[in-house]
Amino acid sequence: MGVIYVLWLREVKRYLRSRAQIIASLGQPLLYLLVLGFGLGPVFAQAGRGSYLQFVAPGVVGMGILFTSIFSGIGLLWDRQFGFLKETLVAPVPRLQIMVGRTLGGATIAMVQGLLVLVVCLLAGFRPQSAAGLLLAFVYMALIAIVFAALGTAIGSGLRDMQGFQFIMNFLVMPIFFLSGALYPLNNLPTALAAATRIDPLSYGIDGLRGALIGVSAIGLAADAMVLAFVAMIFLGLGAWAFSRIQI
Amino acid sequence: MIRVENLVKTFGELRAVDGVSFHVRPGEVFAFLGPNGAGKTTTIQMLTTLLRPTSGTMSLDGLDPVARPLDARRRFGIVFQDPSLDNELTAYENMHLHGVLYHVPRKVRGERIELLLTLFELWDRRDSPVKQFSGGMKRRLEIARGLLHTPRILFLDEPTLGLDPQTRNQLWTHVRHLNETEGVTVFLTTHYMDEADRAAHRIAIIDHGKIVAQGSSAELRQQTGTDSLEGAFLKLTGTTIRDERGDPAEMMRQMAKMWRR
Repeated sequence: MGVIYVLWLREVKRYLRSRAQIIASLGQPLLYLLVLGFGLGPVFAQAGRGSYLQFVAPGVVGMGILFTSIFSGIGLLWDRQFGFLKETLVAPVPRLQIMVGRTLGGATIAMVQGLLVLVVCLLAGFRPQSAAGLLLAFVYMALIAIVFAALGTAIGSGLRDMQGFQFIMNFLVMPIFFLSGALYPLNNLPTALAAATRIDPLSYGIDGLRGALIGVSAIGLAADAMVLAFVAMIFLGLGAWAFSRIQI
Repeated sequence: MIRVENLVKTFGELRAVDGVSFHVRPGEVFAFLGPNGAGKTTTIQMLTTLLRPTSGTMSLDGLDPVARPLDARRRFGIVFQDPSLDNELTAYENMHLHGVLYHVPRKVRGERIELLLTLFELWDRRDSPVKQFSGGMKRRLEIARGLLHTPRILFLDEPTLGLDPQTRNQLWTHVRHLNETEGVTVFLTTHYMDEADRAAHRIAIIDHGKIVAQGSSAELRQQTGTDSLEGAFLKLTGTTIRDERGDPAEMMRQMAKMWRR
């Protein structure tokens, strides 16, 4: 327990000490929220869909969590390059505990980052349907954070240099975001795109967030939660396996 | 205490460790000497469960580090050749994290941290982030951290690289003390012949992944008909200078430095 806690604490401390990075990583969600929120607002309203800002805010929160959690996992790459990873790998502690501590730390950071984005959304004029909905949204935020922190750990365990990082960014993280329905409604899509969105775990997270925050869900809140919990389990298993196989 | 038979590690074409066998007795200080890229660090990485060997057998205190890595890790401590600190944390936090990872009991932990940070003259800077430290200070912290718990076997991979004579002296005094009072077995690599000469009971000289000679300093001098360990070393390994292969980790560090604000 002590080991998991101390590694969790390390991740949180590192996050809190990188103020510049916290602000910087708010930039991208903010851009999507404001530019798309106000830019596409009139078209969206004309199509009879209501306020686009209301619609896109949960997507932007999900985006903030996705990026922060995956990058925290990929932080393994930095620890590998700066050598700290070795220090934990030779410690007389099961690697599972090390992986769990790191991953929970990453998920916690992502959750905090998501909350910051949510606050920015509220300032920009986003209004959740109810206080209960807001509380429910925290559950989905936590689930998204765990799913992608675990995925990040699994990926980070296999990465050796910066080229791999670019590849992951362009061929995994961006598709996960764009296929998730964060920016557009999931109904009435062309078949191929619809199928792709259903494979993307983030779709269920965004759908759950949207259901909780503005009462619009294409999949169903219970189904969203179950899929996310299931995927979290798989990714945690995958992350633990990948982490246990790391060689320096 | 450490037994290695016919250990081989290949990276593609390169045979980094090529059929190495040696035996370190309990309570012994054993030194690995060799030019750059001879296979010293690779051997330590295999013994400390960081790399899986291509073939051959190893045992640490009777345990196979490949088959039972966790039990093997409970037996040893290590000071790495290259940096392994968390630069964002303070010196004290790095020590504390290590203490928790190595199950140093809470009561002893604080005392030991203070003792070691004082010994290596870092106590006044304990709350500064490691990224503000000079190279020498980081190195001292690595060593202090490696000595925080008392393992059965202590691996020191070129521990004195980049250290001033004062710190080097502190280190060897402390290591000798551990060896004599606690019976800690020490396995070290170094480039400094005088250190190996003074600190080690027995020495193995490794070159191109193979052990070319082993024995006490006196035996090595006798074998080669030279009057110093350095003479013996040069006679056994030649005088050409070796290059290590380009290390992606080193390249990344360079790049990261550029990106730091």
